[in-house]
Amino acid sequence: MAKLRGRGYASVNYPTGMNLGGDPSQALIHATTTGTFVISLSSVDLGQGIKTIAAQCAAETLGLPIENVLVDTADTDTGPHCMGTFASRGTHRVGNAVIMAAAEARGVMLEVAAEELEVDAADLETDGTGFIRLKGAQEKAIHITDLALAAHFKHGRTISGRGIYLKEPSAPVPETGEMDPDSCQAHACTAAVVEVDDETGVVEVLELYNAYEIGRALNPAMATQQVEGGAWMGVSHALFETTEPYYPSRDHGPHDFAGYLMPGPADIPVQHSLFLERPAGNGPYGAKGIGEMTANAPIPAIANAIFDACGVRLESMPFTPERVLRGLDALRDT
Amino acid sequence: MPSQIVSLVVNGERREFIAAPGVTLLASLRESLGLTAAKRGCAQGACGTCTVLVDGRPEVACLVAVETVAGRSVRTLEGVAAGGELDEVQNAFVDCFATQCGFCTAGMIMVAEALLDRDPDPSEADVVEAISGNVCRCTGYRPIVIAILEAARRRRGAVSR
Repeated sequence: MAKLRGRGYASVNYPTGMNLGGDPSQALIHATTTGTFVISLSSVDLGQGIKTIAAQCAAETLGLPIENVLVDTADTDTGPHCMGTFASRGTHRVGNAVIMAAAEARGVMLEVAAEELEVDAADLETDGTGFIRLKGAQEKAIHITDLALAAHFKHGRTISGRGIYLKEPSAPVPETGEMDPDSCQAHACTAAVVEVDDETGVVEVLELYNAYEIGRALNPAMATQQVEGGAWMGVSHALFETTEPYYPSRDHGPHDFAGYLMPGPADIPVQHSLFLERPAGNGPYGAKGIGEMTANAPIPAIANAIFDACGVRLESMPFTPERVLRGLDALRDT
Repeated sequence: MPSQIVSLVVNGERREFIAAPGVTLLASLRESLGLTAAKRGCAQGACGTCTVLVDGRPEVACLVAVETVAGRSVRTLEGVAAGGELDEVQNAFVDCFATQCGFCTAGMIMVAEALLDRDPDPSEADVVEAISGNVCRCTGYRPIVIAILEAARRRRGAVSR
């Protein structure tokens, strides 16, 4: 009787966005009279961080501090349309729509600044701290708060912009089924280190090594959250979670958190995560989607690690002690 | 049984309200007092997101009949940010990226407050044990454990200054 250690890896390619109906999302942006840029979206932030990413994309495009951006996702009835939060599409679709809207608003912002400063708009630049300046003459500048007030009360201009991202719909070629189903693909590999107890059948995941190629990571800390939180879900699916009963009767299935098992804070592996950044040509500042793929690779990586540790090849999740022990029994019988 | 007037000290302030018999502390906080930080997750004491402190001890408010704690002191997440300033635990959750969807966060912070109140220098195992009754679906727990240890460090630093 022993605890057997093994290593395994698995890789995943994952599409960003989908093809059906062009998969569009819209964004609208406008400046308040004090120079806060409000982004209106119908895209929902359920913890994945789309509000932060939208604000980053807008701030970068406008050339203003992120504190000047406010994201409003309050109402899908009245907001500009979004297809939804699925297909790992939010950062890509919404980010592109926000950049388009913010670019239009930046154009108006520079036009109004040109009138205020009595210069040509093409000679203006933003400094990232809230000022619009004349290139080469740093003292000739106006702050966005003064500019937004002047636009509203003096020039009668709205500093605003409209954005949409639409992927050109792609119909399948009838003979081959060939089509363009997504906008780009992200790639990842996870290596798992496990320990299998050959007496109890218990599998413990000790370490996970996650390598992700997701275009540019617009917010590396939040991207790490997605990778490591998603990997936890993968471990959970691999070792614990099932809505189906362990025994033939469904009455033995889990009905609540007491019966529906998930790893707790004492069961978490040590995770090592890194990003390879190869910006995607059609992504917002090069970003691809990352949301859904993160739970994928850990599961086959753990299955492979179990095989490496004890020779048992499991093909059904979750990899419960019972399944491991039955696999070990079968190996002894042969 | 008729409804009765129940009095609690909530976040340092005496509050009175009418409670139907058997109504939970959680329902009273959310519906009678408008304090919605504590969440109703499983409603059977298994997920921890409704955790509040009763006389300083963490309790799952969904399982507590409010008349059984009449007159006692209840602390909710709304009482943690004194004067609107986030405290060490809340700031550490922000800085350590310990929240994603946020549904577990109120309960996690309240068990952390109770832990740090009784043990200002907890080990990692102590933190893991403290949050073991709280379910999180997003983070994988690690950032939460790191945040609570960081909050403990900051709070000890503040005391020594």
